[in-house]
This record gives sequence, structure tokens and C-alpha cells, in this order.
Amino acid sequence: MATGFHGVGAAVAALSSSPSNSFDSKKLLCSPRRSFPVRKGASFVADRSDGSVNLDLNPKARRAQQLIVNAVANKADSSPASSSSKPGHELLLFEALREGLEEEMDRDPRVCVMGEDVGHYGGSYKVTRGLAEKFGDLRVLDTPIAENSFTGMGIGAAMTGLRPVVEGMNMGFLLLAFNQISNNCGMLHYTSGGQFTIPIVIRGPGGVGRQLGAEHSQRLESYFQSIPGIQMVACSTPYNAKGLMKAAIRSENPVILFEHVLLYNLKERIPDEDYICNLEEAEMVRPGEHVTILTYSRMRYHVMQAAKTLVNKGYDPEVIDIRSLKPFDLHTIGNSVKKTHRVLIVEECMRTGGIGASLTAAITENFHDYLDTPIMCLSSQDVPTPYAGTLEEWTVVQPAQIVTAVEQLCK
Amino acid sequence: MATAFSAPKFAAQPFTTISPTSQHKPLKIPTAASPFLGSTRKLLRLSSSSQLNLRRRSSGSVFAVSDVVKEKKPTPIPSLLITKEEGLELYEDMVLGRSFEDMCAQMYYRGKMFGFVHLYNGQEAVSTGFIKLLKQQDSVVSTYRDHVHALSKGVPARAVMSELFGKTTGCCRGQGGSMHMFSSEHNLIGGFAFIGEGIPVATGAAFTSKYKREVLKEADCDHVTLAFFGDGTCNNGQFFECLNMAALWKLPIVFVVENNLWAIGMSHLRATSDPQIYKKGPAFGMPGVHVDGMDVLKVREVAKEAIARARRGEGPTLVECETYRFRGHSLADPDELRDPTEKAHYAARDPITALKKYLIENNLSGEAELKAIDKKIDELLEDAVEFADESPLPPRSQLLENVFADPKGFGIGPDGRYRCEDPKFTQGTAHV
Repeated sequence: MATGFHGVGAAVAALSSSPSNSFDSKKLLCSPRRSFPVRKGASFVADRSDGSVNLDLNPKARRAQQLIVNAVANKADSSPASSSSKPGHELLLFEALREGLEEEMDRDPRVCVMGEDVGHYGGSYKVTRGLAEKFGDLRVLDTPIAENSFTGMGIGAAMTGLRPVVEGMNMGFLLLAFNQISNNCGMLHYTSGGQFTIPIVIRGPGGVGRQLGAEHSQRLESYFQSIPGIQMVACSTPYNAKGLMKAAIRSENPVILFEHVLLYNLKERIPDEDYICNLEEAEMVRPGEHVTILTYSRMRYHVMQAAKTLVNKGYDPEVIDIRSLKPFDLHTIGNSVKKTHRVLIVEECMRTGGIGASLTAAITENFHDYLDTPIMCLSSQDVPTPYAGTLEEWTVVQPAQIVTAVEQLCK
Repeated sequence: MATAFSAPKFAAQPFTTISPTSQHKPLKIPTAASPFLGSTRKLLRLSSSSQLNLRRRSSGSVFAVSDVVKEKKPTPIPSLLITKEEGLELYEDMVLGRSFEDMCAQMYYRGKMFGFVHLYNGQEAVSTGFIKLLKQQDSVVSTYRDHVHALSKGVPARAVMSELFGKTTGCCRGQGGSMHMFSSEHNLIGGFAFIGEGIPVATGAAFTSKYKREVLKEADCDHVTLAFFGDGTCNNGQFFECLNMAALWKLPIVFVVENNLWAIGMSHLRATSDPQIYKKGPAFGMPGVHVDGMDVLKVREVAKEAIARARRGEGPTLVECETYRFRGHSLADPDELRDPTEKAHYAARDPITALKKYLIENNLSGEAELKAIDKKIDELLEDAVEFADESPLPPRSQLLENVFADPKGFGIGPDGRYRCEDPKFTQGTAHV
């Protein structure tokens, strides 16, 4: 298990001496030319194709290599890149969510928020801080602890003309609202013959945190993915968090927006101008040639950390943040598979019936001919997330496992 | 203004046709003679007190309602509760409901409609009594027993019958069926198959009404929502959660319990620790009213006050209507558990017969006129069945329509275009 290769200089020597690595020498020669330069202290600046965009129509926008050593509270250099035409402003992910929400509430008076502690408390993760003071107690509604009923209330309000954003304090609590989400949110547009639309956004933090225990560490995207009639997106950076929040609110379909407990303090510089991220598109994080790594939410950062190691070892992974968990962006994914012929899926879902399982099936069905090797899927263990720190670490996929998997795929 | 709906007044003076203290003896362990906990015993009491009621009504004045709704004051002339026009409207609506349901049963046994069909025979007074007081913009939320609620709210019989036949001209394009009647034009927000799951939706519709008035500043928005559900639902968590939220935010909603004493084969008394549902209203801070649900005039009087209360912004009301379904739970239910005496007792209190009697005895109408209405309804239904029969079945292309309001939700296909943009998409499959 290659855990120790982090230095830049050791790359070539380490590769040639590793017994398990029967790497194609041609590729080895090619890779340094094509791999991204690993710059220390790179800032997070996303180049845009033009200065004023409303839609993120170019998911392949190249991004500078991001040095993220852990997924929590990253302090990036705040030096603005020279290529950016507007300076933008820096903020944390939860602030980006709030900014998106506030802008939509300013823009459309029918947008309202419902959830536990969203009003006076400002939200358990401060996503709605200040909104109740600005918009009033009815527009930012503190609900009693009755998930099934207030989610249903949000659905009823959506059917009669409002655009509610329902917050689950933790995604796991939405298990109590499963009746309403499955039966009403997903179904009513269809069973009413198209007479009622349900432009609701259901959002909240999920995923494995820091020793929060089994029930607060659930990944509900796998449970919800079968429900027909809903869309699911997962945000992972302040840029796409704001963009996806705004797109979800503007969408006529019911959208479930998955946030992650450990990503709320990520800092990034985002544009000042109005923009949204397309709900159905995936995001190209790092173009490459050797292997396609598909991931979403927090695992994106584990993948990028592994990518550092892999680059040092001479691999050139293409990393795609799929962002849209339902439906999958088969165009971006397909183009990548056609290029690299190898796929690794890294997710935080459980192995059984997770997003990775669906994605594996979808890729196999659609791009079978382009695959040189079976798809590999790294998921969390099928265990209730343990409290103990060591056990919790072994439950989710770690960067070292990703490195090994890529090495195995590229053999 | 002192109405009968203030909670403390209600706790002291329960408005009920049955004296509450006499019937709640502690439940005994069933002996061989009475296999069901208390149900037969209670019915005998019911029959004695409600016969009293029938006698009262036949004399022309309706004391029970006047006692509660207005203050007790001597009225020199017995005043009628309805005008002739109103009376005929109520009569026609109830006959429409009854005849429609009878026609449904016929069509079901002829193999024209399938699945679970839940008929409303016997409960027409509740639907007519409440819904005929509403404006078009008011909303109604129902359960799976929703055909008559749809008809009362104004959905054409043709549209409902077509929906039951699964035709594309149905109110939901054939996609909903018996248990999912929707109409955006008439503000009928369902039609729900699981009990209790419509109540939060109704609460949401009421929330929108309040929101429109207070946030969007549409000052004249006083739309009211009615949520209909049964006795079985009153033991479900969503019921209690919504009572709490509606009272908390003073939402313009009326919770109407159609207590027909049976949830499929489960007697209300066997399922509920305190069977008097109206008492649960004051526990949440709203008035709880019990009314004889077999008498459309009584229901209407109570409904008037409850709806007016909601319109004024004073908040929700819980109305328990004691009613009965003459048929089984659904057309698949053999209905063997219910005591024939019980059924006979309620059959004698048929709401349509009662209203007819009232209209004739108070010279509001005559036999001929009422028979003409019966005939008119029969013709309407014949036409509805014919229309439904002749309507086309949904084509294959309809399968994937209406899954998403914005069909971009089906995603981007391998070729880079949205799947919905492909003209062959409706002939293909929806999965990725």
C-alpha cells in the first residue's frame, strides 16, 4: 500500500522500483509533460470562458490544481489570479449557500424557508443566519420538530404557489419525511396529470462527520435515488454550492440538495456577478488521460489528495465531480470514459445500493465497449458509522485506498 | 363575539347528540356473547338518542343546531335553515354523489375500472354540507375516498368517470386513478392513498393562503382549506403534528373528521384510547366540534361557522362528523364484520332521505321537482359513462410525460443533448 509518496522529487525513482507497478514506459515518459504542475500555494480561481456568465455552461473549465490536505477549514491564499477579470469575493461554503438563498429570496418573494431552528437560531450550520431578521418569521419559518409534516407542508405550499426551501437539520432526519418525499414530492406532478408542480428544494447536511455517531452520519442519497420525479445534486465547493442552490430554487422540479457536514468551512473566491450551476451537469475538476475518477461531495477532496500522490507517481487521473446524483451527466462522464477507458468511482455512500452501484450500471450499459477493464467502485463499508475515531476512519474511503485502486486499474 | 367555538365553552358543553358520560363505560374483556369490545353495546345507546333526534327534526325546527351556533334565545317563529335554491342545490349534490358511487360499483363489476375503489355512500352530507359553502379558490384535500369530494368541488362527472376508467380525458389524464383525484382549476389538491399524508399538504395550502395575505400583501386573500380524513387517521402522527402547526400559526384550515366508526375492519373503539375525536382539538388550542354527519343541515351550520372563523384569520377548527358508509371499505371488502343492526340503524338515517323529507315538509319543494332532479342526475351519469367509454386510452408516449415539470430532469444523454430533446425519447426508456 503506497502511503508514503508525497514528495515531488521521489516520483520517478519510486515508480521504477515499485514491484507492483508494471507501468507502460511510454506513458511514463508522457506523463510529466501532461500532468499539471504542482504549485504550492495555488489559490482557488476558476477560469471562466468569459467574464459575465449566468450559466456554468462550460463544465470543463480548467481549474488550477488545488492543494487540499484535509477537507476541513482550508485556508487558501487569497491572492487573486491575474486571469480573473472581476475580483470576486472570498467566503466559506455555508456563507455561499446563504448568499445564494438570500439572493433568490430577494429576487422572488415566493421563496421561503422552513425548518427547525432556521429562523431565530440562524440554522444549525448558520446557513440561514440573519435571514429571519431580514425577511420575517413567516418567510423563514421555525417549525416544530415534525419532519414528515413540515416537509408535507412545504409540498402543499409548493403546489399552491410558493417556492419553499425545506431544511433538514441533518439529512438523516429526513428519513422521517420519507413518506412525504417519496409519495408526494416525487409523485404528485405525475399522479395529478401535470396539474400541480412542486418547485421545492429540500436541503441539509449529511455524510460522515467527526465522530458524530451512526445516526448523524448517514448518506441518504442512496435511499432517495430511486424515487421517480425528483432530482438530486451534491455540492462540494463554495462556487457550486451557491450555483446549485440558486439553480435548485429556480427549478420547477423538486430538488434535493445534499451538503456535507465537513465542507461548510471551505473557503473560496467566487464571482460577484449572478451565476447558477446547471443542475444536470457534472464538473470537470482535473482533466487527465489515464483514468477517470468519478466522485462527489467530500470524497472529491480525498480524490484530489490522492491525485497529488498519483501525479507524483506519474499517473494522470481525470477527476470529475459528478454533482448531479440523479440524473447522471452521461455526456461528461461518457466523454471521459471514451478518453481514458478506465473508471474508478469514489463515493461516501455504502457499497450496497449506493450511487456508485447505479453509476457502475449506467456506465457499463452505455459505454461498455470503451472500457479496458471492469469499473472499480470504492464505497464506504456497509456498517453503521462507528463512533470511535479509528473505526470511523476505516469506514470511509481514504486517499491511500484511492491511490492503490488507480495503480491496480492502470496495471 | 361569543361563538360556540371558544374552546373552554366547548369542554363544558359538548355539542353532541349522544350524551358523552353514558357511553364510556370501562371496556370489559369480551365474552363469548359479545366478541367485539363495546361496539354493539354502544350502538344500542346511539339508536335511542338519535331516534330522539329524528323525531325532533320531523317537527320542523332543528333545535340541536340552534342551541350551539347561536345563543339560546327564544325564537318566535321556527326559522328555516336554507332557502329553496340552497335546498335544491344540496339535494342535487348529494344525489349526484350517491348515484355516481352506485354507478362506479356497477362499472367495477362490469370490468370497466380496476384496483382499489372506495365508495362514499352514506357520507354525502359531510361532503355536500362543507364543500358547497366554499369559493372556487378555496382548497379541498381528501383521501382515497375522494370521488364525491371531487364532484362537490365542481370537477365534472365526465372527468372523474374517465379518470376511473383510466382514460386520457380523465381529470388526471388517467395517471392518478380512483385514489388520486386532482384538479388545479377547482383547487382539489388530492386524492391520497396513504392515510394522513394529505393533512400536511392541506396545512401547506393553508400556509400559502396566510403567506399570500401577510407576506405578498394580497390583502383580500382569505382562501380556506378543508382537510377531509377518517377516524383511523386520527391516530396517526401526521394528524397531531398538523393540528399543532395549524393552531400555532393560526392557519385558515378546517380539519373535518369523517368518523364512520370503521377503518376497514378495525372498529374505531378498538383502535382509540379516547374515541371522542373532537376533544383532541382543545388539546392543541383549537375548538373541537362534534356534529351529526348524517344531517346535511347540521353539518352546514357547523361548517359555516368553522369556515368563517378561518376566513377571519382566527385559526383552525376540528370538526368531527359522525357518519357511516353504507358499503364496505372498498369494493374488495366483503364487509362481514359490521353488525347488521348497526347498518340498519344508519340506513334509517340516510341523509338524502332526510333532506328530502325536510324539503317537502317545509314546503321548499315537491316530489315532482325532486324526481326531476333525480332524472337529471341519471342522465348526467349516463352521459359521463358514455363519454368515458368512448374516450381513448393513454398512448405509450404519455408514459414519461409529467414525471418532471421540467423534463430536463431526465438528464443529459451520452450525445450531449438533454434526453428530453430527443424526439424518440418518449418511445424509449427513462432510465439512464
